[in-house]
Amino acid sequence: MLKNRIIPCLDVKNGRVVKGINFVELKDAGDPVEQAKIYSDGGADEICFLDITASNENRETIIDIVRKTAKECFVPLTVGGGVRTIQNITDLLLAGADKVSINTAAVKNVDLVKEASKKFGSQCIVVAIDAKKVSDNKWEVFTHGGRNKTGIDAVDFAKKVEENGAGEILLTSMDKDGTKSGYDVDLLKTVTNNTNIPVIASGGVGTLDHLYDGIVKGGASAVLAASIFHYGEYKIKDAKEYLNSKNVSVRL
Amino acid sequence: MNVTIVDYQSGNISSVINSFTEVAKGKVNLEVTSDINKIRSSDKIVLPGQGSFKSCVDSLNSINGLVDTLKEFAITNKKPLLGICVGLQMFADIGYEEVETKGLGWMSGKVSKIDNQKGKFKLPHIGWNEIEIQKESRIFKNIKNKSHMYFVHSYEFIPEDKSVISSTTDYASKIVCSVEKDNLFGTQFHPEKSDKTGLKIIDNFIKL
Repeated sequence: MLKNRIIPCLDVKNGRVVKGINFVELKDAGDPVEQAKIYSDGGADEICFLDITASNENRETIIDIVRKTAKECFVPLTVGGGVRTIQNITDLLLAGADKVSINTAAVKNVDLVKEASKKFGSQCIVVAIDAKKVSDNKWEVFTHGGRNKTGIDAVDFAKKVEENGAGEILLTSMDKDGTKSGYDVDLLKTVTNNTNIPVIASGGVGTLDHLYDGIVKGGASAVLAASIFHYGEYKIKDAKEYLNSKNVSVRL
Repeated sequence: MNVTIVDYQSGNISSVINSFTEVAKGKVNLEVTSDINKIRSSDKIVLPGQGSFKSCVDSLNSINGLVDTLKEFAITNKKPLLGICVGLQMFADIGYEEVETKGLGWMSGKVSKIDNQKGKFKLPHIGWNEIEIQKESRIFKNIKNKSHMYFVHSYEFIPEDKSVISSTTDYASKIVCSVEKDNLFGTQFHPEKSDKTGLKIIDNFIKL
Protein backbone atom coordinates (compact mmCIF):
# COMPACT_ATOMS: atom_id res chain seq x y z
CA MET A 1 0.00 0.00 0.00
CA LEU A 2 1.24 3.46 -0.92
CA LYS A 3 2.30 5.41 2.14
CA ASN A 4 1.37 8.98 2.96
CA ARG A 5 4.43 11.17 2.81
CA ILE A 6 5.69 13.66 5.35
CA ILE A 7 7.75 16.42 3.80
CA PRO A 8 9.65 18.96 5.87
CA CYS A 9 10.22 22.22 4.04
CA LEU A 10 13.23 24.47 4.50
CA ASP A 11 13.04 28.13 3.55
CA VAL A 12 16.36 29.29 2.20
CA LYS A 13 17.37 32.90 1.71
CA ASN A 14 20.74 33.85 0.22
CA GLY A 15 22.02 30.38 0.97
CA ARG A 16 20.96 30.31 4.61
CA VAL A 17 18.02 28.63 6.26
CA VAL A 18 15.77 31.34 7.63
CA LYS A 19 13.02 29.21 9.11
CA GLY A 20 14.95 26.23 10.26
CA ILE A 21 15.52 23.64 12.92
CA ASN A 22 16.53 25.11 16.22
CA PHE A 23 18.29 22.08 17.60
CA VAL A 24 21.15 22.43 20.01
CA GLU A 25 23.18 19.74 18.30
CA LEU A 26 23.43 21.80 15.13
CA LYS A 27 26.90 23.08 14.42
CA ASP A 28 25.61 25.72 12.10
CA ALA A 29 21.89 26.41 12.40
CA GLY A 30 21.79 28.21 9.10
CA ASP A 31 23.34 25.50 6.99
CA PRO A 32 20.68 24.00 4.72
CA VAL A 33 22.76 20.94 3.89
CA GLU A 34 23.16 19.97 7.53
CA GLN A 35 19.47 20.49 8.23
CA ALA A 36 18.40 18.46 5.22
CA LYS A 37 20.64 15.66 6.40
CA ILE A 38 19.05 15.67 9.87
CA TYR A 39 15.62 15.38 8.29
CA SER A 40 16.58 12.62 5.93
CA ASP A 41 18.29 10.65 8.72
CA GLY A 42 15.20 11.22 10.83
CA GLY A 43 12.92 9.54 8.32
CA ALA A 44 11.62 12.37 6.16
CA ASP A 45 10.03 10.93 3.03
CA GLU A 46 11.21 13.84 0.92
CA ILE A 47 12.97 17.12 1.50
CA CYS A 48 11.73 20.41 0.10
CA PHE A 49 13.79 23.56 -0.33
CA LEU A 50 12.01 26.79 -0.97
CA ASP A 51 14.36 29.49 -2.19
CA ILE A 52 12.97 32.80 -1.01
CA THR A 53 15.93 34.84 -2.19
CA ALA A 54 14.43 37.95 -3.66
CA SER A 55 16.97 38.66 -6.35
CA ASN A 56 17.68 36.74 -9.49
CA GLU A 57 21.46 37.04 -9.20
CA ASN A 58 21.67 34.48 -6.47
CA ARG A 59 20.44 31.46 -8.40
CA GLU A 60 23.92 29.99 -8.22
CA THR A 61 23.65 29.84 -4.41
CA ILE A 62 20.62 27.55 -4.34
CA ILE A 63 22.13 25.40 -7.07
CA ASP A 64 25.24 24.93 -4.97
CA ILE A 65 23.14 23.97 -1.93
CA VAL A 66 21.19 21.45 -3.99
CA ARG A 67 24.43 19.99 -5.31
CA LYS A 68 25.84 19.50 -1.80
CA THR A 69 22.59 18.20 -0.32
CA ALA A 70 22.03 15.70 -3.12
CA LYS A 71 25.38 14.10 -2.35
CA GLU A 72 24.32 13.37 1.21
CA CYS A 73 20.55 12.82 1.12
CA PHE A 74 19.24 9.78 -0.65
CA VAL A 75 15.57 10.61 -0.50
CA PRO A 76 13.78 12.76 -3.10
CA LEU A 77 14.63 16.42 -3.10
CA THR A 78 12.18 19.05 -4.35
CA VAL A 79 13.30 22.61 -5.01
CA GLY A 80 11.10 25.63 -5.63
CA GLY A 81 11.24 29.39 -5.64
CA GLY A 82 12.03 31.66 -8.54
CA VAL A 83 11.80 28.93 -11.18
CA ARG A 84 10.91 30.74 -14.39
CA THR A 85 12.52 29.01 -17.33
CA ILE A 86 13.45 25.64 -18.76
CA GLN A 87 17.05 26.60 -18.10
CA ASN A 88 16.30 27.14 -14.37
CA ILE A 89 14.80 23.64 -14.24
CA THR A 90 17.70 22.09 -16.13
CA ASP A 91 20.20 23.69 -13.75
CA LEU A 92 18.39 22.42 -10.65
CA LEU A 93 17.97 18.90 -12.00
CA LEU A 94 21.60 18.71 -13.05
CA ALA A 95 22.60 19.81 -9.56
CA GLY A 96 20.68 16.85 -8.14
CA ALA A 97 17.11 17.98 -7.50
CA ASP A 98 14.57 15.24 -8.22
CA LYS A 99 11.62 17.55 -8.64
CA VAL A 100 11.25 21.21 -9.36
CA SER A 101 8.30 23.23 -8.22
CA ILE A 102 6.96 26.03 -10.39
CA ASN A 103 4.73 28.70 -8.94
CA THR A 104 4.30 32.21 -10.40
CA ALA A 105 5.74 31.24 -13.78
CA ALA A 106 3.10 28.51 -14.17
CA VAL A 107 0.32 31.03 -13.63
CA LYS A 108 1.82 33.45 -16.11
CA ASN A 109 2.47 30.82 -18.71
CA VAL A 110 1.06 27.34 -18.36
CA ASP A 111 3.00 26.29 -21.46
CA LEU A 112 6.10 26.22 -19.27
CA VAL A 113 4.51 23.33 -17.34
CA LYS A 114 3.68 21.58 -20.58
CA GLU A 115 7.11 22.06 -22.07
CA ALA A 116 8.91 21.09 -18.86
CA SER A 117 6.90 17.92 -18.31
CA LYS A 118 7.43 16.91 -21.90
CA LYS A 119 11.15 17.52 -21.67
CA PHE A 120 11.87 16.13 -18.20
CA GLY A 121 8.83 13.94 -17.50
CA SER A 122 5.80 14.70 -15.34
CA GLN A 123 7.46 12.94 -12.40
CA CYS A 124 9.72 15.90 -11.74
CA ILE A 125 7.33 18.78 -12.35
CA VAL A 126 5.41 20.03 -9.34
CA VAL A 127 3.13 23.04 -9.62
CA ALA A 128 2.85 25.09 -6.44
CA ILE A 129 -0.50 26.82 -6.09
CA ASP A 130 -1.02 29.55 -3.50
CA ALA A 131 -4.74 29.94 -2.90
CA LYS A 132 -6.84 32.35 -0.88
CA LYS A 133 -10.49 31.92 -0.02
CA VAL A 134 -12.70 34.52 -1.71
CA SER A 135 -16.16 33.21 -0.85
CA ASP A 136 -17.85 29.98 0.25
CA ASN A 137 -16.13 27.12 -1.51
CA LYS A 138 -14.29 29.46 -3.81
CA TRP A 139 -10.57 30.07 -3.82
CA GLU A 140 -8.41 32.26 -5.98
CA VAL A 141 -4.79 31.81 -7.11
CA PHE A 142 -2.31 34.35 -5.79
CA THR A 143 1.27 34.82 -6.95
CA HIS A 144 4.47 36.44 -5.72
CA GLY A 145 4.24 34.84 -2.31
CA GLY A 146 0.59 35.72 -1.89
CA ARG A 147 0.86 39.40 -2.77
CA ASN A 148 -0.70 39.43 -6.20
CA LYS A 149 -4.31 38.57 -6.97
CA THR A 150 -4.81 36.82 -10.31
CA GLY A 151 -8.56 36.39 -10.61
CA ILE A 152 -7.98 32.74 -11.50
CA ASP A 153 -10.07 30.09 -9.75
CA ALA A 154 -7.76 27.73 -7.84
CA VAL A 155 -9.68 24.55 -8.67
CA ASP A 156 -9.85 25.40 -12.39
CA PHE A 157 -6.15 26.14 -12.34
CA ALA A 158 -5.36 22.84 -10.61
CA LYS A 159 -7.23 21.00 -13.37
CA LYS A 160 -5.44 23.03 -15.99
CA VAL A 161 -1.94 22.21 -14.71
CA GLU A 162 -2.88 18.54 -14.51
CA GLU A 163 -3.95 18.64 -18.17
CA ASN A 164 -0.65 20.30 -18.99
CA GLY A 165 1.42 17.54 -17.48
CA ALA A 166 2.10 18.50 -13.86
CA GLY A 167 2.99 15.41 -11.84
CA GLU A 168 1.93 16.82 -8.48
CA ILE A 169 0.30 19.86 -6.97
CA LEU A 170 1.72 21.59 -3.91
CA LEU A 171 -1.29 23.40 -2.53
CA THR A 172 -0.78 26.18 0.00
CA SER A 173 -3.58 28.02 1.70
CA MET A 174 -2.53 31.66 2.03
CA ASP A 175 -5.19 32.16 4.70
CA LYS A 176 -3.76 29.42 6.85
CA ASP A 177 -0.04 29.75 6.16
CA GLY A 178 1.80 30.73 9.33
CA THR A 179 -1.30 30.55 11.56
CA LYS A 180 -0.66 27.08 13.01
CA SER A 181 -4.44 26.57 12.99
CA GLY A 182 -4.47 23.65 10.54
CA TYR A 183 -4.75 23.19 6.78
CA ASP A 184 -7.68 24.60 4.84
CA VAL A 185 -9.35 21.20 4.65
CA ASP A 186 -12.19 22.37 2.40
CA LEU A 187 -9.73 23.71 -0.14
CA LEU A 188 -7.78 20.46 -0.06
CA LYS A 189 -10.89 18.35 -0.38
CA THR A 190 -12.16 20.37 -3.32
CA VAL A 191 -8.87 20.16 -5.20
CA THR A 192 -8.21 16.47 -4.45
CA ASN A 193 -11.75 15.59 -5.56
CA ASN A 194 -11.33 17.45 -8.81
CA THR A 195 -7.90 16.21 -9.88
CA ASN A 196 -6.28 12.84 -10.42
CA ILE A 197 -2.69 13.67 -9.54
CA PRO A 198 -1.24 13.64 -6.02
CA VAL A 199 -1.76 16.78 -3.94
CA ILE A 200 0.68 17.90 -1.24
CA ALA A 201 -1.02 19.85 1.55
CA SER A 202 0.71 22.97 2.81
CA GLY A 203 0.09 25.94 5.08
CA GLY A 204 -1.13 26.04 8.64
CA VAL A 205 0.20 23.00 10.45
CA GLY A 206 0.45 23.53 14.19
CA THR A 207 -0.24 20.08 15.62
CA LEU A 208 0.13 16.46 14.55
CA ASP A 209 -3.63 16.26 14.32
CA HIS A 210 -3.48 18.78 11.50
CA LEU A 211 -1.35 16.35 9.50
CA TYR A 212 -4.04 13.71 10.07
CA ASP A 213 -6.76 16.10 8.86
CA GLY A 214 -4.80 16.95 5.71
CA ILE A 215 -4.52 13.31 4.73
CA VAL A 216 -7.77 11.81 5.99
CA LYS A 217 -10.20 14.70 5.66
CA GLY A 218 -8.49 16.63 2.88
CA GLY A 219 -7.41 13.65 0.77
CA ALA A 220 -3.80 14.82 0.42
CA SER A 221 -1.18 12.27 -0.65
CA ALA A 222 1.53 14.08 1.26
CA VAL A 223 1.75 16.69 3.98
CA LEU A 224 4.28 19.47 4.02
CA ALA A 225 5.19 21.33 7.17
CA ALA A 226 7.85 23.73 8.28
CA SER A 227 7.69 25.22 11.74
CA ILE A 228 6.41 22.25 13.75
CA PHE A 229 9.55 20.39 12.80
CA HIS A 230 11.97 23.27 12.77
CA TYR A 231 11.51 24.40 16.31
CA GLY A 232 11.93 20.92 17.63
CA GLU A 233 8.34 20.64 18.84
CA TYR A 234 8.02 17.39 16.98
CA LYS A 235 10.40 15.12 15.17
CA ILE A 236 9.44 13.46 11.90
CA LYS A 237 9.35 10.20 13.83
CA ASP A 238 6.75 11.60 16.28
CA ALA A 239 4.55 12.60 13.38
CA LYS A 240 4.82 9.18 11.78
CA GLU A 241 4.14 7.31 15.00
CA TYR A 242 1.15 9.51 15.70
CA LEU A 243 -0.33 8.96 12.23
CA ASN A 244 0.37 5.26 12.42
CA SER A 245 -1.45 5.05 15.76
CA LYS A 246 -4.47 6.57 14.02
CA ASN A 247 -4.30 4.01 11.22
CA VAL A 248 -2.84 6.31 8.61
CA SER A 249 -0.24 4.35 6.69
CA VAL A 250 3.22 5.87 6.73
CA ARG A 251 6.75 4.62 6.15
CA LEU A 252 8.08 3.78 9.59
CA MET B 1 36.07 -3.36 -11.23
CA ASN B 2 34.39 -0.88 -13.55
CA VAL B 3 30.75 0.04 -13.22
CA THR B 4 29.31 2.22 -15.95
CA ILE B 5 26.22 4.37 -15.77
CA VAL B 6 24.95 4.87 -19.29
CA ASP B 7 24.47 8.56 -19.93
CA TYR B 8 22.29 8.78 -23.02
CA GLN B 9 20.66 12.14 -22.24
CA SER B 10 17.58 10.45 -20.80
CA GLY B 11 16.80 13.25 -18.43
CA ASN B 12 17.84 13.61 -14.85
CA ILE B 13 20.42 11.03 -13.79
CA SER B 14 22.15 13.13 -11.11
CA SER B 15 20.59 11.12 -8.28
CA VAL B 16 21.70 7.84 -9.83
CA ILE B 17 25.23 9.20 -10.13
CA ASN B 18 25.22 10.53 -6.54
CA SER B 19 24.02 7.33 -4.92
CA PHE B 20 26.28 5.05 -6.95
CA THR B 21 29.20 7.36 -6.17
CA GLU B 22 28.38 7.08 -2.47
CA VAL B 23 28.22 3.27 -2.56
CA ALA B 24 31.16 2.81 -4.93
CA LYS B 25 33.46 5.02 -2.85
CA GLY B 26 36.80 3.24 -2.52
CA LYS B 27 35.40 -0.02 -3.87
CA VAL B 28 34.90 0.24 -7.60
CA ASN B 29 35.63 2.58 -10.42
CA LEU B 30 32.54 4.41 -11.60
CA GLU B 31 32.12 5.83 -15.10
CA VAL B 32 29.29 7.92 -16.49
CA THR B 33 29.41 7.79 -20.25
CA SER B 34 27.79 6.95 -23.56
CA ASP B 35 31.11 5.88 -25.07
CA ILE B 36 30.44 2.40 -26.46
CA ASN B 37 34.06 1.28 -26.10
CA LYS B 38 34.02 2.09 -22.40
CA ILE B 39 30.65 0.38 -22.04
CA ARG B 40 31.92 -2.72 -23.81
CA SER B 41 34.94 -3.05 -21.52
CA SER B 42 32.93 -2.40 -18.35
CA ASP B 43 32.09 -5.11 -15.80
CA LYS B 44 28.63 -3.88 -14.92
CA ILE B 45 26.19 -1.49 -16.46
CA VAL B 46 23.47 0.70 -15.02
CA LEU B 47 20.78 1.83 -17.42
CA PRO B 48 18.74 4.66 -15.88
CA GLY B 49 15.70 6.16 -17.54
CA GLN B 50 13.43 9.10 -16.85
CA GLY B 51 10.74 10.74 -18.88
CA SER B 52 8.62 8.81 -21.34
CA PHE B 53 9.26 5.35 -22.79
CA LYS B 54 9.40 6.84 -26.25
CA SER B 55 11.84 9.62 -25.38
CA CYS B 56 14.18 7.14 -23.67
CA VAL B 57 14.10 4.66 -26.58
CA ASP B 58 14.65 7.51 -29.05
CA SER B 59 17.63 8.78 -27.04
CA LEU B 60 19.20 5.32 -26.88
CA ASN B 61 18.74 4.85 -30.61
CA SER B 62 20.21 8.24 -31.39
CA ILE B 63 23.65 7.14 -30.18
CA ASN B 64 25.28 5.10 -32.90
CA GLY B 65 25.93 1.48 -31.90
CA LEU B 66 24.72 1.90 -28.31
CA VAL B 67 21.74 -0.47 -28.43
CA ASP B 68 23.81 -3.23 -30.10
CA THR B 69 26.60 -2.77 -27.57
CA LEU B 70 24.18 -3.03 -24.65
CA LYS B 71 22.55 -6.09 -26.14
CA GLU B 72 25.87 -7.78 -26.69
CA PHE B 73 26.86 -6.94 -23.10
CA ALA B 74 23.69 -8.06 -21.35
CA ILE B 75 22.14 -10.70 -23.61
CA THR B 76 24.97 -12.30 -25.56
CA ASN B 77 27.70 -12.06 -22.91
CA LYS B 78 25.25 -12.16 -20.00
CA LYS B 79 27.13 -9.58 -17.98
CA PRO B 80 25.28 -7.79 -15.15
CA LEU B 81 23.03 -4.93 -16.18
CA LEU B 82 20.60 -3.03 -13.96
CA GLY B 83 17.79 -1.04 -15.51
CA ILE B 84 16.09 1.56 -13.34
CA CYS B 85 12.54 2.83 -13.91
CA VAL B 86 12.18 3.45 -17.66
CA GLY B 87 15.57 1.71 -17.92
CA LEU B 88 13.76 -1.45 -16.83
CA GLN B 89 10.65 -0.75 -18.90
CA MET B 90 12.73 -0.60 -22.06
CA PHE B 91 13.58 -4.32 -21.65
CA ALA B 92 10.06 -4.95 -23.01
CA ASP B 93 9.08 -5.62 -26.63
CA ILE B 94 6.74 -2.71 -26.77
CA GLY B 95 5.61 0.36 -24.84
CA TYR B 96 2.37 2.32 -25.08
CA GLU B 97 3.33 5.70 -23.57
CA GLU B 98 2.54 8.61 -25.96
CA VAL B 99 2.56 6.30 -28.99
CA GLU B 100 3.23 2.63 -29.54
CA THR B 101 7.02 2.29 -29.42
CA LYS B 102 9.28 -0.68 -29.93
CA GLY B 103 11.42 -1.52 -26.88
CA LEU B 104 14.70 -3.43 -26.65
CA GLY B 105 12.93 -6.80 -26.63
CA TRP B 106 15.19 -8.33 -23.98
CA MET B 107 12.26 -9.59 -21.90
CA SER B 108 9.00 -10.43 -23.67
CA GLY B 109 6.21 -8.22 -22.53
CA LYS B 110 4.68 -4.81 -22.75
CA VAL B 111 4.61 -1.52 -20.88
CA SER B 112 1.11 -0.14 -20.31
CA LYS B 113 -0.51 2.55 -18.24
CA ILE B 114 -1.39 1.47 -14.71
CA ASP B 115 -5.12 0.74 -14.55
CA ASN B 116 -6.10 3.22 -11.86
CA GLN B 117 -9.66 1.92 -11.67
CA LYS B 118 -11.31 4.96 -13.21
CA GLY B 119 -9.48 7.52 -11.10
CA LYS B 120 -9.75 5.66 -7.80
CA PHE B 121 -5.97 5.66 -7.62
CA LYS B 122 -3.99 8.80 -8.39
CA LEU B 123 -1.38 8.73 -11.13
CA PRO B 124 1.58 9.02 -11.17
CA HIS B 125 2.13 6.41 -8.48
CA ILE B 126 4.40 8.66 -6.41
CA GLY B 127 5.91 7.87 -3.06
CA TRP B 128 6.97 5.06 -0.79
CA ASN B 129 5.44 1.65 -1.22
CA GLU B 130 6.22 -1.79 0.14
CA ILE B 131 7.73 -4.44 -2.07
CA GLU B 132 6.59 -8.02 -1.85
CA ILE B 133 9.43 -10.30 -2.73
CA GLN B 134 8.30 -13.01 -5.16
CA LYS B 135 11.52 -14.88 -5.62
CA GLU B 136 15.03 -14.75 -4.36
CA SER B 137 17.00 -12.09 -6.16
CA ARG B 138 20.69 -11.46 -5.76
CA ILE B 139 20.15 -7.73 -5.53
CA PHE B 140 17.77 -8.27 -2.58
CA LYS B 141 20.40 -9.84 -0.36
CA ASN B 142 19.70 -8.65 3.22
CA ILE B 143 16.65 -6.75 2.05
CA LYS B 144 13.61 -7.57 4.14
CA ASN B 145 10.30 -8.43 2.57
CA LYS B 146 7.92 -5.42 2.72
CA SER B 147 10.77 -2.93 2.64
CA HIS B 148 9.79 0.54 1.48
CA MET B 149 10.99 1.81 -1.88
CA TYR B 150 10.43 5.11 -3.66
CA PHE B 151 8.31 5.00 -6.82
CA VAL B 152 7.44 7.58 -9.47
CA HIS B 153 5.69 6.20 -12.52
CA SER B 154 2.40 5.90 -14.38
CA TYR B 155 3.29 2.93 -16.57
CA GLU B 156 4.06 -0.66 -15.61
CA PHE B 157 6.00 -3.50 -17.17
CA ILE B 158 3.92 -6.63 -17.76
CA PRO B 159 6.26 -9.50 -18.63
CA GLU B 160 4.96 -12.55 -20.46
CA ASP B 161 7.15 -14.90 -18.49
CA LYS B 162 6.08 -14.38 -14.88
CA SER B 163 9.11 -16.22 -13.58
CA VAL B 164 11.26 -13.13 -14.17
CA ILE B 165 9.32 -11.19 -11.52
CA SER B 166 11.33 -10.83 -8.33
CA SER B 167 9.00 -8.43 -6.50
CA THR B 168 5.65 -6.70 -6.83
CA THR B 169 3.95 -3.81 -5.11
CA ASP B 170 0.34 -3.10 -4.43
CA TYR B 171 -1.15 -0.10 -6.21
CA ALA B 172 -4.55 -0.55 -7.82
CA SER B 173 -3.29 -4.05 -8.63
CA LYS B 174 -0.10 -6.01 -8.15
CA ILE B 175 2.50 -4.06 -10.07
CA VAL B 176 5.75 -5.63 -11.15
CA CYS B 177 8.45 -3.68 -9.39
CA SER B 178 11.56 -5.72 -10.06
CA VAL B 179 12.75 -8.43 -12.43
CA GLU B 180 15.71 -10.77 -12.68
CA LYS B 181 16.72 -13.09 -15.47
CA ASP B 182 20.27 -14.41 -15.70
CA ASN B 183 22.34 -11.29 -15.14
CA LEU B 184 19.65 -8.89 -16.24
CA PHE B 185 18.11 -6.91 -13.38
CA GLY B 186 15.54 -4.18 -13.32
CA THR B 187 13.74 -2.12 -10.72
CA GLN B 188 10.65 -0.02 -11.31
CA PHE B 189 11.34 1.83 -8.06
CA HIS B 190 14.30 4.13 -7.57
CA PRO B 191 16.95 2.51 -5.36
CA GLU B 192 18.93 5.74 -5.65
CA LYS B 193 16.15 7.60 -3.84
CA SER B 194 15.14 4.85 -1.43
CA ASP B 195 17.27 5.84 1.50
CA LYS B 196 19.49 3.21 3.17
CA THR B 197 17.53 0.24 1.80
CA GLY B 198 18.00 1.55 -1.71
CA LEU B 199 21.72 2.06 -1.21
CA LYS B 200 21.91 -1.56 0.01
CA ILE B 201 20.40 -2.75 -3.28
CA ILE B 202 22.97 -0.72 -5.17
CA ASP B 203 25.67 -2.24 -3.00
CA ASN B 204 24.34 -5.73 -3.74
CA PHE B 205 24.46 -5.03 -7.46
CA ILE B 206 27.99 -3.66 -7.28
CA LYS B 207 29.12 -6.71 -5.31
CA LEU B 208 27.67 -9.27 -7.74
